[in-house]
Amino acid sequence: MLRRDFLTLTGIGLGGLIAPPFFGRTIAAEELSSRLDMALKKRLAGTALDAASKSGASYCDVRIGRYLQQFVITREDKVENVVNTESTGVGVRVLVKGTWGFAATSELTDAGVAGAARQAATIAKANAKAQFEPVQLAKVRGVGEVSWATPIRKNAVEVPLKEKVALLLDANAAALAAGANYVSSILFLVNEQKYFASTDGSYIDQDLHRVWPMLKVTAIDQKSGKFRNREGLGAPMGMGYEYLDGAASGKVHLPGGVIAYGKSYDMREDAIAAARQAREKLTAPSVTPGKYDLVLDPSHLWLTIHESVGHPTELDRVLGYEANYAGTSFATLDKLKSKFRYGSEKVTLFADRTQAGSLSAVGYDDEGVKTQRWDLIKDGILVNYQAIRDQVHILGQEESHGCCHADSWSSVQFQRMPNVSLEPGTRPLKVADMIAGVENGIYIVGDGSFSIDQQRYNAQFGGQVFFEIKDGKVTTMIEDVAYQMRTPEFWNSCVAVCDAGDYRLGGSFFDGKGQPGQSSPVSHGTSTARFNGANVINTARSLG
Amino acid sequence: MSNFAEQDARAILEKAVALSKADECTARLAGAVNGNVRFALNNVTTSGVVSDASLEVQVAYGKRVGIATINQFDDDALTRTVHRAEELAKLAPENEEFMPALEKQSYKPTPSYDESVAAITPEYRATVAAQSIAPCRADRLVAAGFLTDSASLSAFANSNGNFGYQRATDLDYTCTVRTADGSGSGWVGRNVRSVAQFDADAAMRTGIEKAKGSAGAKALEPGKYTVILEPAAAAGLLERMMDAFDAREADEGRSFLTKKGGGNRLGEKLFDERVSIHAGPADVDVPVLPWDGEGLPREQIPYVDKGRVANLQYSRYWAKMNKAKATAMPGNIIMAGGTKSTDELVKSTQRGVLVTRTWYIRMVDPQVVLLTGLTRDGVFYIEDGEIKYPIKNFRFNESPVIMLNNVEELGRPIRLGGAGGESTTLMMVPPMKLRDFTFTSLSDAV
Repeated sequence: MLRRDFLTLTGIGLGGLIAPPFFGRTIAAEELSSRLDMALKKRLAGTALDAASKSGASYCDVRIGRYLQQFVITREDKVENVVNTESTGVGVRVLVKGTWGFAATSELTDAGVAGAARQAATIAKANAKAQFEPVQLAKVRGVGEVSWATPIRKNAVEVPLKEKVALLLDANAAALAAGANYVSSILFLVNEQKYFASTDGSYIDQDLHRVWPMLKVTAIDQKSGKFRNREGLGAPMGMGYEYLDGAASGKVHLPGGVIAYGKSYDMREDAIAAARQAREKLTAPSVTPGKYDLVLDPSHLWLTIHESVGHPTELDRVLGYEANYAGTSFATLDKLKSKFRYGSEKVTLFADRTQAGSLSAVGYDDEGVKTQRWDLIKDGILVNYQAIRDQVHILGQEESHGCCHADSWSSVQFQRMPNVSLEPGTRPLKVADMIAGVENGIYIVGDGSFSIDQQRYNAQFGGQVFFEIKDGKVTTMIEDVAYQMRTPEFWNSCVAVCDAGDYRLGGSFFDGKGQPGQSSPVSHGTSTARFNGANVINTARSLG
Repeated sequence: MSNFAEQDARAILEKAVALSKADECTARLAGAVNGNVRFALNNVTTSGVVSDASLEVQVAYGKRVGIATINQFDDDALTRTVHRAEELAKLAPENEEFMPALEKQSYKPTPSYDESVAAITPEYRATVAAQSIAPCRADRLVAAGFLTDSASLSAFANSNGNFGYQRATDLDYTCTVRTADGSGSGWVGRNVRSVAQFDADAAMRTGIEKAKGSAGAKALEPGKYTVILEPAAAAGLLERMMDAFDAREADEGRSFLTKKGGGNRLGEKLFDERVSIHAGPADVDVPVLPWDGEGLPREQIPYVDKGRVANLQYSRYWAKMNKAKATAMPGNIIMAGGTKSTDELVKSTQRGVLVTRTWYIRMVDPQVVLLTGLTRDGVFYIEDGEIKYPIKNFRFNESPVIMLNNVEELGRPIRLGGAGGESTTLMMVPPMKLRDFTFTSLSDAV
């Protein structure tokens, strides 16, 4: 699930997203570019591994993390807040008597990490009495001392604050000039400096970067008391500040006058479009409920992929490990054996933690496994799941898929969703050509309201802007649209996917799972796709 | 070090404030020890303890603000942190909505701390997990659950002489019980003030009863039904509606509390007259810290009084702009109810649907607080005052504003913490019997 709203952080409610409120301690900007000493990390890791072994651990891993975030938050012509945060510490996980134990400390001293290792072992021993099946770990060969970094051209944390403030206030001014009553914009920048060491003999240093420009524009008709929002079409990316360059090569001109964005985002241009569209939404006709063919832009479809394919194929959910919170899955193991038809033959969905620009791209996961790409749904058939070291034996496989993740040094790592993406169509097909073949349809751009049941069958999705398609042409903007779907029927109704020229990423920093809850960044790539005969409802209500 | 005693916290905070040469300075100290155990498939899966503390220093020169924080507490660290905050403030743009540091306030202590929760050990957590798992193993059922406990402190001081220190504890338990064949699923949640109030065996009996009773569900046509929402089913809808009680959002024209033509709907009767909702930090059932994140003192404040909008939330800035009184962000939500239990509400129902909990609630249209979500872990058809049979899960599209106009009867409120992830506020919520609740589709999920 994606956690709801950003209200506690910003007060502006960018629907569907949540940040742990200023997770970590706030720090000055200049500290963002400093790093922990490599020799110190290696020494502390060695101390913890040694203490764990002496406490009876058959396996131990140590994660030393420095998690940096910067938020620049504006509304209209004001800078509401600039916050730099840092959280640094050490998490130690041990396996004793076949049972996991975990403890974490912010004390970066030999005594601190050794204490955490011993505490983790104590916890493992206490829990062993309620452990009926010992943990089985897939083998991982130690990789020695290695490093990996997100490929970026411009380090966002090193860009002067003044430049970031100017970018946001310029976009806000453009939105107001184009008819918005209110506008909020945020830059959310992340740098994670992660060091991993284990008793397998790995010492892995990684430097991860992510950026997320957010926008929300509101138009109001005071007389009627009506208001409408349009959120930005920019995506969170595993990139540097270069994503905000607004390069022409990153823009995609689409039917309905829509401009979407690939590997570069023009926030000012999108703010103007958002203002005009929010105003148009105030008077757009309300949809007539019924069956429609849907043409779904990547800025929308990523979220449907996330909820209806990403989550059901998480092996821990399938097995029941998430039953108390995120839920289980309809895509049960028997369906893997019986080659369950998940979607039409147009549908191949793959997991991939190596894709450049994506949010979950790393060199190694949080238990030292090298990342990879693998198929989940091949030509419509369920062929695999997402699994980590203590799970793959259940699938009869010998190697972890490399999708283990913890959102902090103080959180225990577990199976998290890799990027899950829809393969583009193999035959040339542009969006306009796809729409030309639709008699009675709706073209949806941007992600809106989203909700799905705990086994991932029944879902409902809204969007940012909706256009009626009549006889192969986009005619007018419409409002109050949501579609309800049952996952296998939805993916089996996929009749076409545009070619790779339209492939774009969407995503979130805040995929939520686990207890205590953890966030995980994840992208989903796709080209525009068509789904026939969807059930569209009208969401308009009156309070009288 | 994460749980400082009051004199130690005061010494650190006052030292930091005294070091600052800015126009004003506020220092805040937060620390917590969090412990948890998680189990699934009748096995313990993860368990841990995390301890952390941090000091935040906020300074201002005029309307320029700087914030720096650290988790070291020696003199050198404090000096560095204060200087860093001062440097940031000098570089920051002016914030036109800046509000100065609070004057000295008067805070009344609240009973937010319980020693028995602070004393919880790994052995206690492991025992609760074992108590949850054992009856399920014995009955071909599968348990998945989570116990979390925390002991925390909140303290602050500023250059106007304001100071506060208080500790708090929390204990929350949830467990989902599923039948081995996956045809039934039940849930139980408990959020309590003290260890003595928590009985894992009794909680498990509820979870097991729901799981067994929900197997073999029949499909009912979606549509409008009289429903009984158990408190955990209603909490997420209620919380999202209360999020919209912000005066600025209403005055700016982007809330269900916006008035046509301008202004807000303060004073208007928008709900059934049996609906009353307030917040109060010293409530005996749901006590919270006596201040909000800014240090504003929390008071007992009605938000809905007998169906009328009694108060809106005013930030200090918006209160100043509108000559209104600023209100602290509430720490709890307390909805009034009656005396009947959920079972008693069922007995007085001719035909209806009983909902154990709701799930994945999201905003569809903030104009009317239209929410969508699903039922989960036990939905039952009621006829002639009895539960007749389990029914399949529904998706709903409903506004709590409309829902709280369709009240048939309210039961006895109970305490809720996280309600299984669908709310985050500490609440007292009654079970609610409501007419014409809108289910829009069926879900095959169990």
